[in-house]
Amino acid sequence: MQLYLPIAEVSVNAFLILGLGGVVGFLSGMFGVGGGFLITPLLFFIGVPPAVAVATGANQVVASSVSGVMAQLKRKGVDFTMGWVLLAGGIAGSALGVWVFRLMTRAGQVDLFVQLSYVVFLGLIGAMMFQESLRSLLRARKPGAPVRRAHVHSWVHGLPFKMKFRASGLYISVIPPLLVGALVGFLAAIMGVGGGFIMVPAMIYLLGMPTKVVIGTSLFQIIFVTAFTTVMHAVTSQTVDMMLALLLILGGVVGAQIGSRVGMRLKAEQLRILLSLLVLAVSVRIAADLLLEPSELYSVTAGLLP
Amino acid sequence: MIRALALLLLLALPAAAQQEQIVAGMSQNRVSITADFDGSEILIYGAVKRDAPRPEGVGPLEVIVTVEGPSTPVTVRRKDRVAGIWVNNAAVRVDRAPSFYAVATTGPLNHILSDTDNLRYAITIERAIRAVGITAEADRAGEFLLALQRVRTNEGRYRLLQGRVELTEETLFRTDVVLPSNLTEGEYKVRLFLLRDRRVIATQERVIGVRKEGLERWIYNLAQDQPLIYGLLSLVLALVAGWGASAAFRLVRA
Repeated sequence: MQLYLPIAEVSVNAFLILGLGGVVGFLSGMFGVGGGFLITPLLFFIGVPPAVAVATGANQVVASSVSGVMAQLKRKGVDFTMGWVLLAGGIAGSALGVWVFRLMTRAGQVDLFVQLSYVVFLGLIGAMMFQESLRSLLRARKPGAPVRRAHVHSWVHGLPFKMKFRASGLYISVIPPLLVGALVGFLAAIMGVGGGFIMVPAMIYLLGMPTKVVIGTSLFQIIFVTAFTTVMHAVTSQTVDMMLALLLILGGVVGAQIGSRVGMRLKAEQLRILLSLLVLAVSVRIAADLLLEPSELYSVTAGLLP
Repeated sequence: MIRALALLLLLALPAAAQQEQIVAGMSQNRVSITADFDGSEILIYGAVKRDAPRPEGVGPLEVIVTVEGPSTPVTVRRKDRVAGIWVNNAAVRVDRAPSFYAVATTGPLNHILSDTDNLRYAITIERAIRAVGITAEADRAGEFLLALQRVRTNEGRYRLLQGRVELTEETLFRTDVVLPSNLTEGEYKVRLFLLRDRRVIATQERVIGVRKEGLERWIYNLAQDQPLIYGLLSLVLALVAGWGASAAFRLVRA
């Protein structure tokens, strides 16, 4: 069934979009990532203009994150105190990101900047996660191997302004979560993603949060950051396509519910190894675009040079 | 200004050549973009009206039909390999390029149309793209213009339909022009030309209005006129859908 999108101004197959939303929603529910880093490139691929893809992707992430958070709330998997601290950092980071984005646009290299950010951050995070989860998977297989301690004391625990995060069972300084939130907010602004793929590993490895609250808490923060992004895009560039978003959401919410149930059955190590492979795959795909000679060297954009 | 110039030239056409005139019609003069819009086919037809018998000793009659969508400035960028990666390097700004352009003819353009009349009426795709003062911006600006045509032809935006106008008895003609699904809203200008001996002897203009209708119209207008409300509405929609689906799933499992 063909459907004309009023803002994107293209005709697309409605079932294709529903399916796309479903698959991304499934992964989003399973891993606790917003799915923005998947949905934005996928929308480019089916012919949606990049500006519309980024803005509408953000809107879709809001819905799938809300859906995911509801499922996590029932499991008491959201640390609200930590969520608010991350969000405070996130908004500051996002403001900085918007400023840098505008600077790059003026320099005329925003595409390259976004692509390089994808390759560098996804590649780095993916490789780190893959190595770490592979190691712990192998350790778990070997009987009699030393058990990894739940809390590893590092420099993170020596910082001032300590705060109690009851749901996470942590008593740490607010500075690391603020910085993690800011980094995620910054990336959300320049890459058009929720930032779960970077926040989840940061929460586990840097803050030492227990895996059961990581997904819910990251989703909680992502809701607000992407909601902010959606409204900003709608106001500044009118690029949010409600019709496209609704289709993605309908597919996505169903996928997210199923995904979050499948995620509960899998072991944390398996979950992490799968997520790391997915992140690496996207990174390699975008790197290939940069390294291989494109079949069409020229591109046409309506509108003037920035 | 170009239109005014064309009109002036039209008035200056020799009286003898004006013996033949175009009477034209179209299957529709408006295209509504609704939710299930997937392109549209327009039939453009007409007849040649003569005050006198068919002139003697002149070449055969030829017909050209052009359909032109709203023009916008465009930027054409070229990727180059810089430090091993392909990045947008050089760019050229084209002042005005139509978002859609189709030329349908009775025969090969270079056989039926002279260069001077092409220049005068801007009939071919190259002429329809108005590039003023782009040479200063990049070396070999011509390559960028060719690339613009190539990219838009591949997108189905620019179409050269040589020999696709059917002409019967030098009197009746008809052609079909397919409008793609990625249409831009606005006025689509349809121009019809009668030619003899590679010279334009009569012209006619029609307009097709392409507009979004119904829900499409409402959404588009809201996004343009009330962006804040639109953005918040999109959020509410997302929240309701997200919460609703999870509540529905809880009910199903309970």
